[in-house]
Amino acid sequence: MRDAAVKIRVKCRVNGRSVTVESHPMARLLDVLREELGLTGTKEGCGEGECGSCSVEIDGELVNSCLVPALQAEGAEIRTIEGVADGNRLHAVQQAFLASGGAQCGICTPGMILAAVNLLARYPRPTDAQMREGLAGNLCRCTGYTKIFESVVEACHAMERGS
Amino acid sequence: MTTHIIGQSVQRKEGREKVTGSAHYVDDLTFPHMLHGVTVRSSIARGRIRGIHFGEGIPWDEFTIVTAADIPGQNRVALIIDDQPCLADTIVNHPEEPILLLAHPDKYLLEKARRAVQIEIEPLPGVFTIEESLAKKEIIWGADNIFKSFLIEKGNVDAAWASADFVVEGEYETGAQEQLYIEPQGMIALASKAEGVTVWGSLQCPYYVHKALVQLFGLPKEKIRVVQTETGGGFGGKEEYPSMIACHAALLAWKSGERVKIIYDRAEDMAATTKRHPSRTRHRTAVNRDGKILAMEVDFAIDGGAYLTLSPVVLSRGTIHAAGPYNCPNVRIRSRAVATNAPPHGAFRGFGAPQSVFALERHLDRVAEAGGLAPDELRRRNFIHEGEKLAFGQIVREKVDMERLMQRAFELSDYSAKRARFKAENANHGIKKGIGFAAFFHGAGFTGSGEEYLASEAALEATPEGRIRVMAGSTEMGQGTNTVFAQIAAEALGLDCEQIDIVQPDTANVPNSGPTVASRTTMIVGGLVESAARQIRELLLTSSFLKPGYGAQSFADACGRYIEKFGPLKSFVKYEHPRDLHWDDEKYQGDAYGAYGWAVYVAEVSVDTRTAEIHVDDFVAVQEVGKVINPILAAGQVEGGVAQGIGLALYENVVWHEGRMVNGQMTNYIMPTSMDVPTIRAVFEEIPYGRGPAGAKGIGELPLDGTAPAIANAIAHATGADITRVPVTPEVLFEMLEQVHA
Amino acid sequence: MRAYLPEYQLKATHDLPAVLDLLAHDSGSWKPFAGGTDLMVLLDSGKLPHRNFVSIWKLPELRGIEVTPDHVTIGALTTYTELRRHETLAREFPLLCRAAAETGGIATQNRGTLGGNVANASPASDSPPALLVYDAELELISARGARWRPLHGFYSGYKQMDLRRDELIRRFRLARSKRDWRQHYRKVGTRRAQAISKVCFAAAANVEEGRIADIRLAFGSVAPTVFRAMATEQSLRGEKISPALWSAARETLGSEIAPIDDMRSTARYRRHVAQNLFMEFMEMLSAH
Repeated sequence: MRDAAVKIRVKCRVNGRSVTVESHPMARLLDVLREELGLTGTKEGCGEGECGSCSVEIDGELVNSCLVPALQAEGAEIRTIEGVADGNRLHAVQQAFLASGGAQCGICTPGMILAAVNLLARYPRPTDAQMREGLAGNLCRCTGYTKIFESVVEACHAMERGS
Repeated sequence: MTTHIIGQSVQRKEGREKVTGSAHYVDDLTFPHMLHGVTVRSSIARGRIRGIHFGEGIPWDEFTIVTAADIPGQNRVALIIDDQPCLADTIVNHPEEPILLLAHPDKYLLEKARRAVQIEIEPLPGVFTIEESLAKKEIIWGADNIFKSFLIEKGNVDAAWASADFVVEGEYETGAQEQLYIEPQGMIALASKAEGVTVWGSLQCPYYVHKALVQLFGLPKEKIRVVQTETGGGFGGKEEYPSMIACHAALLAWKSGERVKIIYDRAEDMAATTKRHPSRTRHRTAVNRDGKILAMEVDFAIDGGAYLTLSPVVLSRGTIHAAGPYNCPNVRIRSRAVATNAPPHGAFRGFGAPQSVFALERHLDRVAEAGGLAPDELRRRNFIHEGEKLAFGQIVREKVDMERLMQRAFELSDYSAKRARFKAENANHGIKKGIGFAAFFHGAGFTGSGEEYLASEAALEATPEGRIRVMAGSTEMGQGTNTVFAQIAAEALGLDCEQIDIVQPDTANVPNSGPTVASRTTMIVGGLVESAARQIRELLLTSSFLKPGYGAQSFADACGRYIEKFGPLKSFVKYEHPRDLHWDDEKYQGDAYGAYGWAVYVAEVSVDTRTAEIHVDDFVAVQEVGKVINPILAAGQVEGGVAQGIGLALYENVVWHEGRMVNGQMTNYIMPTSMDVPTIRAVFEEIPYGRGPAGAKGIGELPLDGTAPAIANAIAHATGADITRVPVTPEVLFEMLEQVHA
Repeated sequence: MRAYLPEYQLKATHDLPAVLDLLAHDSGSWKPFAGGTDLMVLLDSGKLPHRNFVSIWKLPELRGIEVTPDHVTIGALTTYTELRRHETLAREFPLLCRAAAETGGIATQNRGTLGGNVANASPASDSPPALLVYDAELELISARGARWRPLHGFYSGYKQMDLRRDELIRRFRLARSKRDWRQHYRKVGTRRAQAISKVCFAAAANVEEGRIADIRLAFGSVAPTVFRAMATEQSLRGEKISPALWSAARETLGSEIAPIDDMRSTARYRRHVAQNLFMEFMEMLSAH
């Protein structure tokens, strides 16, 4: 009686690697990433799609992984925080967060960095309004956002310089 | 004095882990055979437990079930007094009070089981507001519902009223506020009679948790171990509550024989854990035409929830800060912390001062108005100066220049021009603009003899390779403790931060440096780290393995040789309270704090009269906090604190129904997003504090004191609405605007 | 995460006929699952009563935006992001794009769908008021066939709608006839981003020589369903613009709406704000 619903196999690509996981079809992608794949960089802050700590990219679009059922990850190209750096080489956004104080307690940081990376991919030179809007779905309780914006601007300049 | 690391924005020590997602928070840790744990709680505010029923369809024999009867030692969560049970036994005193614990390897089945437990509680009448509690509608705690009271007196208040030109009264309220750290609370525990108890978790005060476990299990201290995992925000919300979860996880671990992990989801965290104490403050102020405040009478009351927990200390700080950084000859502050049938309220950044300072700074704007003075002029004529006496009897012995801070804040915010311009232009616009300020101070460290009582310790050790390990019980939770300690040690030793390692807070490995609260970590514990570092340096220099003017390599060589010859190279420092600080606990008089942060904050708002929506358009925060050790970290503290203050002022409204928070999800409990917060401009004045490491004072809580009243004053300026409570929601402001027009 | 996962089924689909067959099967034991931004929140809090879902997320028949000379037809699975990015929609149906931009954050907009939003039937939804202003029609399909009907009147009560158990929303059709109308959208939420609305207002008016030739006024969060203020519209249609007209209409509006007190806001506030937003639009029309 207990396992009425059968687990399914989901095949997708995570951070460039092909993976196959077994999970309940309605299991949250967040939990699949953290528990089946051991990618604990993506965090749960609210479980209701409000805080953005669980942000990942699916096929290049930013999504809240706490709201994506495992079944719908089939065939998807997923990027988590673990896939942002290039080996040991940090992404410009990550470097900027380090240099400009964009991270304090760090729990919102993975989602925030994904959102920032995604924003800069869509708008290489975001206006202040675009930046605020792009990050509005990621809540931070520590920074008051000021240094997050400074980090994004710094990253933007670094990426323009090609560094 | 030139420094090489102090004053530099050195990168966060654990930053790389945080930006790559490799920092490990408690829920990131798993162990083989680990069980998950949940808490079954009371659904009503007050009553007698009559029975516990386990529902159908759950394989209960697979579960570990813990009740109060399973507690080996005392059924208490040790803190100041022992009134709070770890698990309710016969009586419940608040909604969400923990009664029963369950553990199982399958966390989904566990949740199903939680819902299948029915707890029969015969209701008793409850008390839900400060007024109901003071009126003794029911006696729910002690003899009179009062956890604690204070009385502070200076001069002769009663004689002042008759001779005053103006007497202004007011009543002010602040609501509860949820800390809303983005990482919910959680613990992992392993426990057995033979091995003792170990817990890993998200926490601020490892030794508070340690003490609680010692009492709960009745085990010797050496058998209890507490380890702090990377902590995703605390703000006071993880000061005392982690003891409760640690006790729960440990009890399940004890009974099951396995490791148990308890992680709260957001809904449980909001419903069950502590919040900022709601407050009600009454002011009565005598002022003369020349703008001199003759007398201040304050009646300050806070709602502590169902158990005492930390309420006496919150009350203490709120009381001491209630009359502000002013030189008033006659003051009476009477304060009480009272019980209600809500989950106990607790520490939240500011710790009583945001409540009383909101009341004071809003009140003084109204006093100025009554007296025909500009609000800044009223402040100027009453600011405290060095050598003068604060309301609680402390003679200010540090340099303080509130006028200068105010002037700087006004320059940066263009206050004077905007104050006039907005007033003139508002008549013709549906969007009204306003600008307002607050002037305030915040004592760093524990009050009075508190630091002496804490007797904090820190230790340093050098490795043979010349690396320095800093061992302190202070916890990093985003505020920058790790980095600041590294900078302090590096400066004292003439090394780079890269050579300094901060040991993970683990009661098996680090001494008790006191709790990571009260804006004390840099000033007090950082001071111990500095002393300990100097001791290591001294040892090496006097041993003659090291010569002055050394470089990193020589230092490493010297460490190696020292250790080879003499054994471990360690230093250990215990806090020594300055001999010239005197505090009288009986009369609540004297030197409350060794040092203060002083500040003036200016807020600019716009109010859309069609919708009464308020937006903070600009914010300037000027403070004097001693030597700023790391400018980016310090600014980050101010910016983040101001954002939380904006939440307190405008958005964060806890909706209560009979002691229960009904809007406990992030959709309905509103904290500011990136579109609700302006660029916050944090500016520091630095007057090095002789007793602080490298001259630093405390900073973390200061921003919470002045943000809400600055915003309230700005709204009053914009609209003429007489704001007396926060949060100022559009619904509330709307009604006030209707009245202003009427 | 409070749901007992083994009790939930989410099936993948092969094609649309298979889905429609499943929805017809077993008198409604299967429900469609689109982007999940509403359903997963319910699942997470343990409040999703329904157990069997079929994922429609990948069905091509429900996707795509088609532009013809007189209409724009929007697939039910069009996300808010896709709405915002569409040139014709941005130009001619700005209220819909505004509504999409104010729904959640970017992450929600990438997964939330117009069809899912309409089927969720929240009185506080942001897009349906815009759809009402544009006289949107929706196509409902089932194993039995297909039917078109106006969105106006689709909702009969709180969370009640003319969507039969075996039906699926396939697409929306908007006539391009209002592209020259004066248009206005405003959502008043709990904060500036990621907010549930307290009052939501969408409006469009065709003003000819100082007269309101035609007008649409739609609201969210002030009644058990999103709705068009028909009586208020009627009182304005054909009339000459004047302050007296606005005042009277404002009162009519106040009596047409039925806001409530809830944990987010109060009935009084909602009523006053709805009226104020209406007046703001009227003032815009006067100024022109």
